[in-house]
Amino acid sequence: MKILVCISHVPDTTSKINFANGDTEFDTNGVQFVINPNDEFGLTRAIWFKEKQGATVTVVNVGGSDTEATLRKALAIGADEAIRINANPTDGLFVAKELAEVVKNGGYDLVIAGTESIDYNGGMVPGMLATLLGYNFINACINIEVDGNNATAIREIDGGKETVSTTLPLVIAGKKGLVEEKDLRIPNMRGIMMARSKALAVNEPTSSASATKAVKFEKPAPKSAVKLVSADNLDELVNLLHNEAKVI
Amino acid sequence: MSILIYAESAEGKFKKVALELASYAKNVADAMGTTVTAVTVNATDVSDLAKYGVSKVLKVSNDKLANFNAKAYADVIKQAAEKEGTKLVVLSSTTDSLYLAPIVAVNLNAGYASNVVALPVSTSPFQVKRNAFSNKAFNITEISTDVKVIGLAKNSFGLAEGAVSLTEEDFAPALNDADFNIKTENVEKVTGKVTIADAEIVVSAGRGLKGPENWGMIEELASVLGAATACSKPVSDIGWRPHSEHVGQTGKPVAANLYIAVGISGAIQHIAGINASKVKVVINNDPEAPFFKVADYGVVGDAFEVVPKLIEKLKAFKANNA
Ligand SMILES: Cc1cc2nc3c(=O)[nH]c(=O)nc-3n(C[C@H](O)[C@H](O)[C@H](O)COP(=O)(O)OP(=O)(O)OC[C@H]3O[C@@H](n4cnc5c(N)ncnc54)[C@H](O)[C@@H]3O)c2cc1C
Repeated sequence: MKILVCISHVPDTTSKINFANGDTEFDTNGVQFVINPNDEFGLTRAIWFKEKQGATVTVVNVGGSDTEATLRKALAIGADEAIRINANPTDGLFVAKELAEVVKNGGYDLVIAGTESIDYNGGMVPGMLATLLGYNFINACINIEVDGNNATAIREIDGGKETVSTTLPLVIAGKKGLVEEKDLRIPNMRGIMMARSKALAVNEPTSSASATKAVKFEKPAPKSAVKLVSADNLDELVNLLHNEAKVI
Repeated sequence: MSILIYAESAEGKFKKVALELASYAKNVADAMGTTVTAVTVNATDVSDLAKYGVSKVLKVSNDKLANFNAKAYADVIKQAAEKEGTKLVVLSSTTDSLYLAPIVAVNLNAGYASNVVALPVSTSPFQVKRNAFSNKAFNITEISTDVKVIGLAKNSFGLAEGAVSLTEEDFAPALNDADFNIKTENVEKVTGKVTIADAEIVVSAGRGLKGPENWGMIEELASVLGAATACSKPVSDIGWRPHSEHVGQTGKPVAANLYIAVGISGAIQHIAGINASKVKVVINNDPEAPFFKVADYGVVGDAFEVVPKLIEKLKAFKANNA
């Protein structure tokens, strides 16, 4: 099985979010970048397939050369090869179109992406990619098993979960559950050494199609301070929730 | 030319998000000088939609669509959009609609913006404000395509009644066999309990509760409020509570009207997932807990004393306001 894992390069969860150039750009100053958490679950599941039933694992990112450290980390975790599409990921559709080219040229059977990336939270690349390719697609996927050409997956639904069956080729958008957090792989010294000799191809983009653009950023208005209520005066809390906040 | 919404229903009844979607679309339609059409799948009584401003409903009734199927449902929405000459499709942020939206967008050659939290900033050029960076910032997004798809974040607009007269029309879109390549084998849904996705109020507890045996008071507090229960990540990791209750950046997002956090420290990853909730109440014995910085109301105290007392107060309040 040939697996492609889409890797988004995102600010670490604890990053302070600031904007530059008159609030038109994300300020990367002092920000640590990581593999998008949802993609990390998918990458570990791909490595699991490789170890349990045999598969090759390629990771791909659409981004500038600064994202190569993130791809190297994915190689150190166990991916076999990496591809970087040398372009600024301007919007979800653009990224999906570039990824579709990679999938077509590489003939991948299973494409694993994350349900959403934690920077723009678009939640659109995997679904767009599958639709552009005409592949089957499962969103919010929390488990996947593959047997020959058949796949069984579990996806989250509101208030529960659903088991579905389908066939390859398939795109899934995954999240925690694909593997548990304790099973996430951390690069070890041997992996880091081996990653140095693995191929990291750089491809030029093929299109320039974008359908949306981020024109400006805003931070939420500063919050007023918390109103503290004494533990001996919970009537006051009930009163505030009813009369002031109007939520009960 | 009207705005198209997909109004989600379950067992024939519209979900509250569908009515919120109608309210939102009606406001956008008024600003753009047009009307709102809804497409429904296997909904029986659609009159509720008219109360919130929908003037036309395309009713799809088809047993093949009894189970949600993203590709097939996306086909339905696409054909409804084409039939109406729609330039703007508005979807909600349920798990199903988030699944559908990117498929619909590609099929309609439309740009898509998700997580939209307010009426458009401008309709020409078309710009919307959306949540980004896990609710730590907003982003104004411009959609440049002729047809546009947007996804409304839950609870970001609310319900706004504005009755209009309604035309109903049976609609039988063509379905493609290949759409059914994904087969539903089994659905497991929590029943008889408010779920995090549908809840107006969520009562959540963290490691401060010391052990699973102490969750009785959290369930009771939730039951008095008609709320869903939730927990922080370590709590579900240790197995005190099911994974389905884990909220936060790596868990479920919560956009409730009221979020009550008991014995949760307020780590940034937890806050990222609950930030979209309107009113936050924190009960914690540590006055320095970071959660107090983002809370609206706080009680510094021992959960084991505060929660039982609060349950009594709320019961009394409910009795007086019944
Ligand atoms: C990549 C990543 C992703 C993560 N994603 C998530 C996520 O999605 N969701 C999430 O929740 N966490 C997430 N975390 C973990 C997060 O950083 C915190 O560790 C976690 O939220 C802490 O949970 P807690 O507040 O229940 O426990 P603790 O940090 O142990 O805090 C317990 C709190 O209870 C209070 N307390 C103790 N006893 C009492 C008492 N008797 N009465 C009242 N209060 C009491 C304490 O003062 C303390 O504030 C993530 C971490 C990482 C690194």
